Amino acid sequence: MGDVIQSVLAPAGIQAARIAHLWWVMFWVCTVVFILVVGAMAIAVTRGRRGASDAGHRVLSRNVAIATAASIAALLVLLTHSVVTGRALETLKTPDALRIQITGYQWWWDVEYLNPQPSLRAVTANEIHIPVGRPVGLTLLSSDVIHSLWIPNLHGKIDLIPGRVNEMWIQADRPGVYRGQCAEFCGLQHAKMAITIVAEPPDQFEGWVAHQREPAPPPTLPSQQRGLDIVERGPCAMCHTIAGTTAGGRTAPDLTHIASRSTLAAGTVPNTRGYLAGWIVDPQHVKPGNKMPPLALSSSDLQALLDYLETLK
Amino acid sequence: MRAAACALIVAVLACGACEREQRRYTELPAAADRSTSVRLTTLQPGMPQAQPPEQSPYQYNAYGIAEGKRLYNAYNCSGCHAMAGGGAIGPALIDDKWIYGSAPDQIFSTIKQGRPDGMPSFGGHIPDQQIWQLVAYVESMAGLVSQDAAPGRNDDQMAKKPEARKEDTRPKQTGHR
Repeated sequence: MGDVIQSVLAPAGIQAARIAHLWWVMFWVCTVVFILVVGAMAIAVTRGRRGASDAGHRVLSRNVAIATAASIAALLVLLTHSVVTGRALETLKTPDALRIQITGYQWWWDVEYLNPQPSLRAVTANEIHIPVGRPVGLTLLSSDVIHSLWIPNLHGKIDLIPGRVNEMWIQADRPGVYRGQCAEFCGLQHAKMAITIVAEPPDQFEGWVAHQREPAPPPTLPSQQRGLDIVERGPCAMCHTIAGTTAGGRTAPDLTHIASRSTLAAGTVPNTRGYLAGWIVDPQHVKPGNKMPPLALSSSDLQALLDYLETLK
Repeated sequence: MRAAACALIVAVLACGACEREQRRYTELPAAADRSTSVRLTTLQPGMPQAQPPEQSPYQYNAYGIAEGKRLYNAYNCSGCHAMAGGGAIGPALIDDKWIYGSAPDQIFSTIKQGRPDGMPSFGGHIPDQQIWQLVAYVESMAGLVSQDAAPGRNDDQMAKKPEARKEDTRPKQTGHR
């Protein structure tokens, strides 16, 4: 779904680049050590034991000393790189960074763009947009069990733990669509708990976030109005919020701009009218065990509901 | 030795048939469909209709009761009946007093249709399946379901014991308060 492969070896940001660098250092050090050890063993096997002479003893103790020194040197190189990388990962913290709060739920991500001024906050789910080249501080919370956020192209994993506030600092240096996922087994649909990260130029991002702050547009066509009635008077409003309407449930993803997202059900299926209809009528078939109950809607009600939801750009 | 092995196999098979662990995500037993409202009389024209179930289909189902426990907070039952069910502006659910009856179908009607003086009607807002899960959970709060199916722990910090450790309370009908 992204235009980039999801891999730690394809870093798109400074944090992931540091981790990838550490990975390559470890890879080459271990490769050299492996070749040396196998080579030494091959020599030992082919040449065999040559009498316990004084000269032999001297060679042996010299070789042991060299091997010990080389091992310590290699360990020091790795340790230094690890410490340097760990410290470097902390340097992205800046007070003027963009702050986003991500809360893990079984099995989706709640996203809130924080701002000291409450009217400038924006709420969405399962998809975040970030400006290229600007540090982003993610505040990580969990509402139920332990989750872990892993966006391999941007950073390593950080756990989302109930009752604890964790932080992650990322920065995308190239525009693109990156995929993140839950990296800590969190229940039945752990595998279908993905998050989309869209890195875009700052002015484009500002436009996006300004739009996300807007309430849902009022319906214009009669069928859309009927769809809104179904949302407000039916089961949807019990769990979902659509800003600008009376739907204010807080236990399920915010739907205010559902039509602007690329996927449904945390990256499970693409966001098209057909998939949306299937998800509403039989969510337990698409993602068995998820918390959305199947809804008994007549086909005309379903079409009206879809007409309305499609206006939530 | 053979007798012991046979007994073990029988025990394992019995566990396999256990209702407790079954997770029914979509279907509900057809008999559990109680979309018609509660009937005040058995008199009716024509052939009698199938009797609605008297028990919640989730009575022996640990997953269903645990879901009820989650929904109890998600649908804000806890807003009036308190998180631990001790009651606030709504009556307590963990005691032995039942204003509108403790039978599962009576609890179902209470949730689905609402009751005078404050209990809202959730019919049309919550699928019947989830109402039955809530019924099973409300029963478990008063110790009316089997202990091996009732929730054995609380997700949030709270003073009350988990439902599985609740003593059975003999329900008594109190009429309107």
